Amino acid sequence: MKQKYLPLTATILIFVLSYALCAAQYPNILSTRVIGNLLTDNAFLGIAAVGMTFVILSGGIDLSVGSVIAFTGVFLAVVLEHTSMHPLAAFALVLAITTLFGALMGVIIHYLEMPAFIVTLAGMFLARGMAFVLSIDSIPIKHPFYATLKGFYYKLPGGGRITLIGGLMLLVFAIGILIAHRTRFGTNVYALGGGSATAKLMGVPVASTTVKIYALSGLLAGLSGIVFSLYTSAGYSLAAVGVELDAITAVVIGGTLLTGGSGFVAGTLVGIFIQGLIQTYITFDGSLSSWWTKILIGVLLFAFILLQKGIIHLSRDARQRA
Amino acid sequence: MTSTLRTYLARLLPQLIALAAILIAISMTFPGFLNLEIQNGRLYGSLIDILNRGAPVVLLAIGMTVVIATKGIDLSVGAVMAICGAVAASFITSGHSLLETILITLAVGVLCGMWNGILVAVLDIQPIIATLVLMVAGRGIAQLVTEGTILTFNDPGLIFIGSGSFAGLPMPVVVWLVFGVLVALLVRQSALGMLIEAIGVNRRASTLSGVLTPVLLIAAYMLSGLCAAIAGIIAAADIRGADANNAGLWLELDAILAVVVGGTSLLGGRFSIAASVLGAIIIQAINTGILLSGFPPEFNLIIKAAIIVFILVLQSPRFRTAFAFFAVPGRAAKTTEQEAK
Repeated sequence: MKQKYLPLTATILIFVLSYALCAAQYPNILSTRVIGNLLTDNAFLGIAAVGMTFVILSGGIDLSVGSVIAFTGVFLAVVLEHTSMHPLAAFALVLAITTLFGALMGVIIHYLEMPAFIVTLAGMFLARGMAFVLSIDSIPIKHPFYATLKGFYYKLPGGGRITLIGGLMLLVFAIGILIAHRTRFGTNVYALGGGSATAKLMGVPVASTTVKIYALSGLLAGLSGIVFSLYTSAGYSLAAVGVELDAITAVVIGGTLLTGGSGFVAGTLVGIFIQGLIQTYITFDGSLSSWWTKILIGVLLFAFILLQKGIIHLSRDARQRA
Repeated sequence: MTSTLRTYLARLLPQLIALAAILIAISMTFPGFLNLEIQNGRLYGSLIDILNRGAPVVLLAIGMTVVIATKGIDLSVGAVMAICGAVAASFITSGHSLLETILITLAVGVLCGMWNGILVAVLDIQPIIATLVLMVAGRGIAQLVTEGTILTFNDPGLIFIGSGSFAGLPMPVVVWLVFGVLVALLVRQSALGMLIEAIGVNRRASTLSGVLTPVLLIAAYMLSGLCAAIAGIIAAADIRGADANNAGLWLELDAILAVVVGGTSLLGGRFSIAASVLGAIIIQAINTGILLSGFPPEFNLIIKAAIIVFILVLQSPRFRTAFAFFAVPGRAAKTTEQEAK
């Protein structure tokens, strides 16, 4: 087996094993209802994590995701409350704003040659601040179109439902996989993650790729914000705090190398499922406290970083021997 | 001696000017802003309040400066604050003496820092990721210690650290002043500071030239953990309880911002602890100014973002090249000469 599939295989193995363990204790965890809820509850996180996967594959990081989700929610709530704009038009408008926002961060990162970490940190403050300026209250969204959207679902045998947002997440992952592996842009992202100097020498358009990566992350964070507003039917400027960390964690657990250049969008999906499964198990158990989620995810994160280090180490040894 | 003092002041000049400008701007709108008065042998006034409220970020910024100088970053300090606050509260409520509680809490902080340091120095993991582990798990651990509740305490000794006063100054201010001076003396009166800068500029080269890189790296993260522990004790003592969810929340970002405002580059290398402390106070002064001016506190974040972008532009290598092109050639030569001295 190729070495690059090793982290992904480990992730899938851990997911299957832990799901089997959970199912042995609580057989109901296998029901389609639980699976449907797993998709619906993690939809916004999953969509944001796809964007984060591209950013991390390119060797960067995007800390602004959670704030952009909150901004999107508040923006939609305010626009729908105060104007007669149709939600679809509002969706398009907010996606344009967040994409531009991401692109702007990409421009600063590339042209000012500053670490992505601190630039997106500024973006995080800015987006959260704009959300606060729009409104500090939690505004309910009562537009009838929202109810219509929530009414769409595909009924699975056994009573489970794949809701619109759950399905949308799967669709975004499918498109993400296609972009990563079947387009020139995807290849450029991997090349950039392997080293920006080498990528430049190979003829990768570093500037436009960097801008596009952060624009994509902004777009998906905006989409995630729309999904979040559908999920909660409200816009609140303090919502989605720390989602960027959950997304980064999902990407790492999914087997993507944090130094960039190696990993799979599909792995991130499994990473999301593992996080969701831990939460579901804790809900099923009832006696465990929610803080165990954080500790377990921290332990998993650590284990995967170690695994990646080991793989890099082994592959370096193999190369030296050859 | 005077020339070292002058270069020192020249290093701090931008921060001092910024702080003065902010304070003057606030006092123009609020004439009573700069007033200080003494009541019950203790100074009161908005200026003292800024120093006092800024204590946790100042402390975190001291440790963060050293870590950033090694080209690292410590994202876990907020979570370590929560852990240490929880440990302090649980030890003092279970009947341990004040000294024991403080020593154990500090030890826990140092231990957290050591964990980060080992991940970075020995396992060679990127600092952002290595410290992310503790950032994610830390609040869970803190809640494990407090068992999910907000642990309150009434030990007068511990509360004194948060709200007492010494020589007319609030206790938190005394703590960070003393600690900051100690750390600054330690790194600047010995070769440690220079070695840390060497690691930040080029870790491989410093290892090859005989610097004990792993030891120094671990020590830098341990210092950061110690700072977080002190900040955690102050934060817990201030509210007389340990809140595992909110203690130190997002303070790591404020601390990083303080270091950046202080002019230490995120790319490692030259650092100044005094400048970072000034940076933290500038941030706190802006916070207080916004609150006083009646602007909604929401503008705080936007202003912070604007400051970061402004400083990023100033620090950016490209901007510097462009700037050097327009600068008077003679003056540029003179400044490099001064720097060489």
